[in-house]
Amino acid sequence: MYNELNQEIVDKIKKVCAKVYTGDDINPDYAKDEMPIYGTRMPGLAAVPTSTEEVAAIVKICYENNIPVTPRGAGTGLVGGAVPLYGGVLIDLTKMNKIKSYDLENFVVEIEAGVLLNDLAEDCLTKGMLFPPDPGEKFACVGGNVATNAGGMRAVKYGTTRDYVRAMTVVLPTGEITKFGATVSKTSSGYSLLNLMIGSEGTLGIITELTMKIIPKPKNVVSLIVPFENLRTALTTVPKFKLSHMNPQAIEFMEREIVLSSERYVGKEVFPKSLNGQDIGAYLLLTFDANTPEELDAMIEQAGELVLEAGAMDVLVADTPAKLKDAWAARSSFLEAIMEETKLLDECDVVLPVNKIADYLEFVNKTGEECGLVIKSFGHAGDGNLHIYQCSNDLAEDEFKKRVDTFFEKIYKEAINCGGLVSGEHGIGSGKIKYLAESIGEVNMNLMEGIKKVFDPKMILNPGKVCHRL
Amino acid sequence: MNICVCIKQVPDTNEIKIDPVTHNLVRAGVPSIVNPFDTYALEVGVRLVEKVGGKVIVLSMGPKQAEEAIMTCLSVGADEGYLISGKSFGGSDTLATGYIISEAIKLVEERENLKFDLILCGKQAIDGDTSQVGPQVAECLDIPQVTYALDVLEENGEIHVKREGENGYDVIGVNLPALVTVVRLPYEPRYPTLKSKLAAKKKEIKVLSEEDLSMLDYSKCGIKGSPTKVKKTYTPVNTKDGVILKGLAADESAVKLADIMHEAKLV
Repeated sequence: MYNELNQEIVDKIKKVCAKVYTGDDINPDYAKDEMPIYGTRMPGLAAVPTSTEEVAAIVKICYENNIPVTPRGAGTGLVGGAVPLYGGVLIDLTKMNKIKSYDLENFVVEIEAGVLLNDLAEDCLTKGMLFPPDPGEKFACVGGNVATNAGGMRAVKYGTTRDYVRAMTVVLPTGEITKFGATVSKTSSGYSLLNLMIGSEGTLGIITELTMKIIPKPKNVVSLIVPFENLRTALTTVPKFKLSHMNPQAIEFMEREIVLSSERYVGKEVFPKSLNGQDIGAYLLLTFDANTPEELDAMIEQAGELVLEAGAMDVLVADTPAKLKDAWAARSSFLEAIMEETKLLDECDVVLPVNKIADYLEFVNKTGEECGLVIKSFGHAGDGNLHIYQCSNDLAEDEFKKRVDTFFEKIYKEAINCGGLVSGEHGIGSGKIKYLAESIGEVNMNLMEGIKKVFDPKMILNPGKVCHRL
Repeated sequence: MNICVCIKQVPDTNEIKIDPVTHNLVRAGVPSIVNPFDTYALEVGVRLVEKVGGKVIVLSMGPKQAEEAIMTCLSVGADEGYLISGKSFGGSDTLATGYIISEAIKLVEERENLKFDLILCGKQAIDGDTSQVGPQVAECLDIPQVTYALDVLEENGEIHVKREGENGYDVIGVNLPALVTVVRLPYEPRYPTLKSKLAAKKKEIKVLSEEDLSMLDYSKCGIKGSPTKVKKTYTPVNTKDGVILKGLAADESAVKLADIMHEAKLV
């Protein structure tokens, strides 16, 4: 159904883009993202453009010649979204990495889509501003964060990446360049094509430039490490914060095992493992921010009282830059720590109503045991988003995949029963299409496919992802 | 066992600003922290006292704002906090600082009605990087000292210091009272708990003024009493013009590297 690349097309692309690689010169990393279990494939050509116009010219050639095109950022995805499943052309956007300008009166920053989250976050801080989205992977591209509507740690208070996109420049699968959104705070101007693009995982258009909303940086920040005897007590505490008019930036949960893995990986013991002779089974990690130290002190005192009443064993305060950094470094290294210790790995990132996660995780752990899989979980307790990892060091790959399939069938079904959705922030990619279809049903899948066809009549853009089933 | 931990409040930055005229640190507007090595010294002290009983008293010298650093220490296990503060102390070099602190230690012993068995310091402050104040305090007090401690262990009333070496560590027994300077430990300093933080806030930080320290010979304190004269300070420039040897076998690279270093008169 697609045409193969030939020398003529390659030459045409070389004319419009200075950095083009073919054959053995193509970076082998382009065949995969961070979850190679969903399949790998090398593109026939990799282009590294430096402008929207270059991207548009490449896509136009592909459109005219019916060649599949896969956009790629830093390749940190977890559902196979950036893998060129049908070969063809891969467009690496990481060299479009300029932070172009700030408009501090309208609280926006204009960037190219390949800017790394870490670079944007740090640059904003030098301006006294905060870019609130804070996904665990700091070396992802902001364009990729927008394409997957990445969430992260601070979503409890500040929302997800979607809430910080004001406008974007998009190259459509036809090669046309268009703009969605504007530097305005509200809109009632027809269908929100901007919001349709956010979370579309590079299937509707290629995001090349972005206008992102930023906020004044909170002046005082403190994190609390709250140890509990068991996970259930920790998780049932979560809904109580908002009920008590508290608004933490972040509420993360972590089980003992994953904290131990992570500390082995980081090489630093940060979290206590027992208190007064009693083993700690789970932790909540909370962050509060405020504009004055007094306001913040009052907040953490109130939070402290709440968690102690709810059964916490103690409340530890990370109130110095070093302690804050250590506490969050341990949290941010969970995925790397699991990867380091695991040969075969798969994951899911279901999202549930916050009050359902305690029961759900018990179901998950029981199902994992029944399926003969090692399960490691952590996640954003404050917004019901769980990261559940299936790990094996001794199973053959086929057997592992079979068991994971059975496991997924059961836990996704239960997630839907609990009123949840397939993915909170990692996306669907190629890995989760089946489960998306089961959860949202045929009617909604057809709507998605219909939208895809309007944007991409030849189905050349990132084929085999989200709703495009072949 | 009674332990005095000497701490310093330092700016939390890699780019330390220095007053071009006085050559002293510019503290205004720079967030401050407890010198990281001192937090390890405090953790060692608190663990010892938790094991054998006694008191941990924190002592610092600095402007009024250093009370914040002492309060941080009170929230992670220190029992009392003293701050030496006064205009006459400003600009003291390491010799003057060592002298002032040693006299203050004697005064604290008197006020608290105890004798310190152990004085603990961080191996150096991250702003000055001299590693001199700890040893100078020991000299002034005329007590034994062990530097670069990886840990300090108590066994049957004896103190054994694990001293960091190039290929491991030595275990050194030391007579008390003694002074020990501490490097980065194999474990991290504890987090304050909410309770300990609130309790620390309620504690009084005792300030030792020039009047309190009237026994001092003030000709040996402050800028005037400091033999060290800073002629010039600057931030070292990060150079990136290194040489990378590529495409050579290991032995060839080694010979080439030796040649380059010889030419540059480095060997």
